[in-house]
Amino acid sequence: MKPVIKGSAYVLAHVPEMVIYNGTTQTTERVVNPESEYLKEIRKHLRKYEDVLAYAPNQCYIGGITPEELKEVEFPWYDKQIETNGRYNKFGEIMPEEEFLLLMQVVDEFDLVFLDKEFVAKVRPQFEKWELVTDLMKGRLKEGHELSEIEHLVNDEHAEGLYHEDKLVGCVRRAHDIDQNLNAHVMHENMVSKASSVLALAHVVKNSDLPVEDIEYVIDCSEEACGDMNQRGGGNFAKAAAEIVNLPSASGSDTRSFCAAPSHALVEAAALVKAGVFKAVAVTAGGSTAKLGMNGKDHVKRDLPILEDCLGGFAIVIAQDDGVNPIIDLDHVGRHAVGTGSAPQAVISALVTDPLDKAGLSVLDVDKFSPEMQNPDITKPAGAGDVPLANFKMIAALAVKRGELDRKDLNKFTEEHGLPGFAPTQGHIPSGAPYIGHASEALRNGEMKRVMIIGKGSLFLGRMTNLFDGISFMLVKNDGQGESETAGVSKAEIRKLIGESLRSFAEGILQKEE
Amino acid sequence: MDLENQKRVLGFTEEHGAENIVVLLGAADGEGAGLAAETCMAGDPTFAGPLTGVSLGLRCYHVCEEEVKSEFDEAVYEEQVSMMEMVLDVDEIAEEMQEIREEYCKF
Repeated sequence: MKPVIKGSAYVLAHVPEMVIYNGTTQTTERVVNPESEYLKEIRKHLRKYEDVLAYAPNQCYIGGITPEELKEVEFPWYDKQIETNGRYNKFGEIMPEEEFLLLMQVVDEFDLVFLDKEFVAKVRPQFEKWELVTDLMKGRLKEGHELSEIEHLVNDEHAEGLYHEDKLVGCVRRAHDIDQNLNAHVMHENMVSKASSVLALAHVVKNSDLPVEDIEYVIDCSEEACGDMNQRGGGNFAKAAAEIVNLPSASGSDTRSFCAAPSHALVEAAALVKAGVFKAVAVTAGGSTAKLGMNGKDHVKRDLPILEDCLGGFAIVIAQDDGVNPIIDLDHVGRHAVGTGSAPQAVISALVTDPLDKAGLSVLDVDKFSPEMQNPDITKPAGAGDVPLANFKMIAALAVKRGELDRKDLNKFTEEHGLPGFAPTQGHIPSGAPYIGHASEALRNGEMKRVMIIGKGSLFLGRMTNLFDGISFMLVKNDGQGESETAGVSKAEIRKLIGESLRSFAEGILQKEE
Repeated sequence: MDLENQKRVLGFTEEHGAENIVVLLGAADGEGAGLAAETCMAGDPTFAGPLTGVSLGLRCYHVCEEEVKSEFDEAVYEEQVSMMEMVLDVDEIAEEMQEIREEYCKF
């Protein structure tokens, strides 16, 4: 059973106050340099919601424009505004902060998210008009609490404040008095991850043409860990999000491997579908508060807006072959193995050319590569360069070394087989997965035949190993034969084989009778 | 430069002495390499890490600089670095590193 990309969703939540209060660049600065100019200046650099909607890379992420159209927008992008549908586009949406705070309360099962009564009363009508709100969600939204109670919790009970327009409007309470794994900071981080995963999952259900009951498994591939002091990363974000989106048939689990996790999860999901274990599997990831404003110091220093002001999320549904949607080619999966080594050359060979060699293909047979798709508008001013471009150059250089490409065509290759980066720098979010929505469209309408998704991750951050990590797979145009092929033998061939057997059997009987 | 890496640079320097340390960089551009080198020589310019205000003046080289390249076994260099060398603007990186060494290196 070939696994196909049945639907994809990409979402952002604009949370400028979380940049200030929860991004680790800012929280670290408050500890080491509380009087710094940066902390005094940062608020002036926050963008308005309307500016975030009109920001070209954001629109490319949620499907308002294609990567090709993004390329037409003159770089840098932060000072340009583009016109699109705005909040909602074909892959998802950009949710404003006030609604996202209500969504955090909706996804809370343990009475940890407290919102100010007046704030809830003000935002509820707007939230109830949200395109994907359900009666279940409306029913879960509580009336809220007195602001004085919230102030007490933040000031005296270690609760993590929730802010909007520079005012305290709620908090996330600690879930345990002693356990650091359930403190307010961790609960806030996890609740944000869950809420943004719910947002992505809700969109992917809408974008996938299949009954929700068919989604029998969900894999969460974000970067947070939920659990208590006896099992710090016990899980399970996936099932928790599936409950809120109301996927009644779904079980689920969490997959982690830093930025490479989405690609691991997609391969796992495809394998589960191909093996016939589940009809359809959803892969989902919520966003990360820690990375908000990660490069903020450089952005403020260069008088740019804080461009890392959105949480990112995505979800992909993988289902059995429908003869239309692109197929995940599980026969040629690239992987960074323990013995691969960490030199870029070894990494790119393992992830790109090894699977291509196995498939008898060259680098030039892949229409587009989607490696780490970080938005260069964010990374270049911070001195980290254009990350996707660096990846395309490495792939091209490897092709030159293999004699598949002339050195003078190196730049042409990056232009033709590469893409502009458009993903928010939310760790796991940029790695390979952001292009699956656009790629699926191009593969469906025949513009492309083969796309490679490359997930890469740095495991040293967990201090368990210094090994690098990565996994890659190809999406290929569906040949339209639906489920007629099983294990390499088509139905027509099976019919022919049965026919031949019956004929020889009949001939045997005839000969006996003679 | 990552705060943890700054800590390790400081730790090795304290253990072995600044004169016995060479920092080898692999940054993808001149600016990135320059920033890391400046951190190891003049101190952390972002005032965030353990090298803030600590001028170690260490010898810093990018792996693609000729001084370092010539020390390598050619086959190893070919296998591990040559692809990246093709991609990087080696002249720009070397120029940036040279300038920073001239200004801050104590050895």
